[in-house]
Amino acid sequence: MRLYVPLAITFVAGMIMILQFFIPHQPFPMLGDGVQDWYVIVASSAIFLGILNLLRVHVKKIRLRKRHWQYSPVTIVGFLTMFVSGVAWGVTEETPFYYLFNQMVVPMGATMFSLLAFFVASAAFRAFRASNWRATLLLASAFLVMLGRVPIGDIIWRWIPGAAESSHPYLVSEIAEWIMQFPNMAGQRAILIGAAMGVVATSLRMIFGIERSYLGGAD
Amino acid sequence: MKTRTFSAMVPAVLLIAAAVAAQPVRVENLEAQDSPNDAGGAVELRWSLSDGTDFPDSITVLRESPDGGMEVVGTKPGVSTGDVDTGLENGREYSYLVRVHRGGEVAAELGPVSAVPAAQWLHTERWGMLVILIILAGFILYFIEQGKKGRELYIREIAGLTAVDDAVGRATEMGRPVLYVPGIMDMDNIQTIASMVILGRVAARTAKFGSPLLVPVSKSVVLSVSQEVVKESYLEAGRPDAYQSDNIFYLTDDQFGYAAGVDGIMVRERPAAIFLLGTFYAESLILAETGRSVGAIQIAGTAMPSQLPFFIAACDYTLIGEELFAASAYLSREPKLLGSLKGQDVAKLFFIAVIIVGVLAFTLGDFWEPANEVADFIRLLTHVE
Repeated sequence: MRLYVPLAITFVAGMIMILQFFIPHQPFPMLGDGVQDWYVIVASSAIFLGILNLLRVHVKKIRLRKRHWQYSPVTIVGFLTMFVSGVAWGVTEETPFYYLFNQMVVPMGATMFSLLAFFVASAAFRAFRASNWRATLLLASAFLVMLGRVPIGDIIWRWIPGAAESSHPYLVSEIAEWIMQFPNMAGQRAILIGAAMGVVATSLRMIFGIERSYLGGAD
Repeated sequence: MKTRTFSAMVPAVLLIAAAVAAQPVRVENLEAQDSPNDAGGAVELRWSLSDGTDFPDSITVLRESPDGGMEVVGTKPGVSTGDVDTGLENGREYSYLVRVHRGGEVAAELGPVSAVPAAQWLHTERWGMLVILIILAGFILYFIEQGKKGRELYIREIAGLTAVDDAVGRATEMGRPVLYVPGIMDMDNIQTIASMVILGRVAARTAKFGSPLLVPVSKSVVLSVSQEVVKESYLEAGRPDAYQSDNIFYLTDDQFGYAAGVDGIMVRERPAAIFLLGTFYAESLILAETGRSVGAIQIAGTAMPSQLPFFIAACDYTLIGEELFAASAYLSREPKLLGSLKGQDVAKLFFIAVIIVGVLAFTLGDFWEPANEVADFIRLLTHVE
């Protein structure tokens, strides 16, 4: 029972979504909308599970003085401050929640995002080492694309005598565009097509109950 | 004298030029038809605009009401070329007029035209997708049967998945935890579902080896599913005592808040093995580089093409696109799952052949007309709205 009920729900919901994609006639669109509405309802209700889990884990950490417990009060105070200010005064403009969100949450998010620039530099440094011919090819392509995406690439090209008057006065940006539009696009599409087929195959495995490990357990 | 004549001519020339430039745009060729590929209850009205620059002020669509009069059902800007009337009864005929307004007056009237709304049983823009799905499902079902019959199915080695045991074993030897990050999307995302499937396999190994498994999640539904999946894996491995629900915990729904939280866990707990499997966006490199900085062996996987280069640069192993979805079958070695994987591979081979034929036909079409028909057929087959 514990296995067959979830399998039956998966099969019915999966088949409804497949059928409503191909059959526009009622009742399939209505059923498809219904399944999606149910997901939204379940997901919205489940947010309380997340909140309870967050509080339970951190309160337990403080109570048992677990390792790094000192961070937990910060989390709890932060959560309660946002929660209480949102419930008490609302979340519209000119409210404490709005102020806290814009003055604290947004800058902290932006700070994390800005770290990406440094991580890109360190990852690129490793990735672009000319250790073999394929890495060298990658390095050369990346160099050309980066050069072609900034004005100085074409400026350098046009310094070469006769280049500005040639049939390709913006050769560096043209090469960069070609790399992005052809080899890069072909690679991306290959990945996308493979992934799309993986998505379809995984979905079919789940709908027909061949793949059951997501229900818990490996079989 | 000549100057005066010229001066007199200028306004006349300008007026003629203005008249030519302000050529009125006519509304013509009004047509009404059942709105295609829908559940019915809608009629599409289309009209064309003639050449010119002086567009009408507005275009009003009127429908014949049950009492025989006309009621306005839509007012469109003068540059529009169609409208859709919805909320209609299927099987009943509806008549329409279109009025063109200029300077506050009705400049022209088109119609009446009529159409009968109806529901369609097959989305005509998606039948190609249906054919593809049937072919794919056919190959998968065939190879599942072959797997069940005990046929030896060769699946190429996927280094990232072969390394799962090594990664968990390394964590056990070092006495450090395994960190599993299932991405930032919810359970309605197929990559998250695939990640949950792999989590079950990884949890079975951590249960067997006795390594702590940490799973920080960013969605409440993912939290519930992760807890169930890990708990069942520990039960099946005969180690229910080793399962700790507190190790699977919710952080935040916020993308960079989640990235900050996971980074903090990496730095504090110093996991020996990190799995980054699921849907990732801009946080992918932030997580992977931090994981690398703590010296963890990292296995990443996603079907997001824009994030794959980051994972490849920063992680030890990367599951590229479809490999993420193949992981469950590969790790379980169960004949039915391996059969479905083999079927998927053979279907892929078939579609590669179709793509090559399509590209060749399209290229040859410039020199040999029949090749264009082949290319058009393949384009029709693969076009999905």
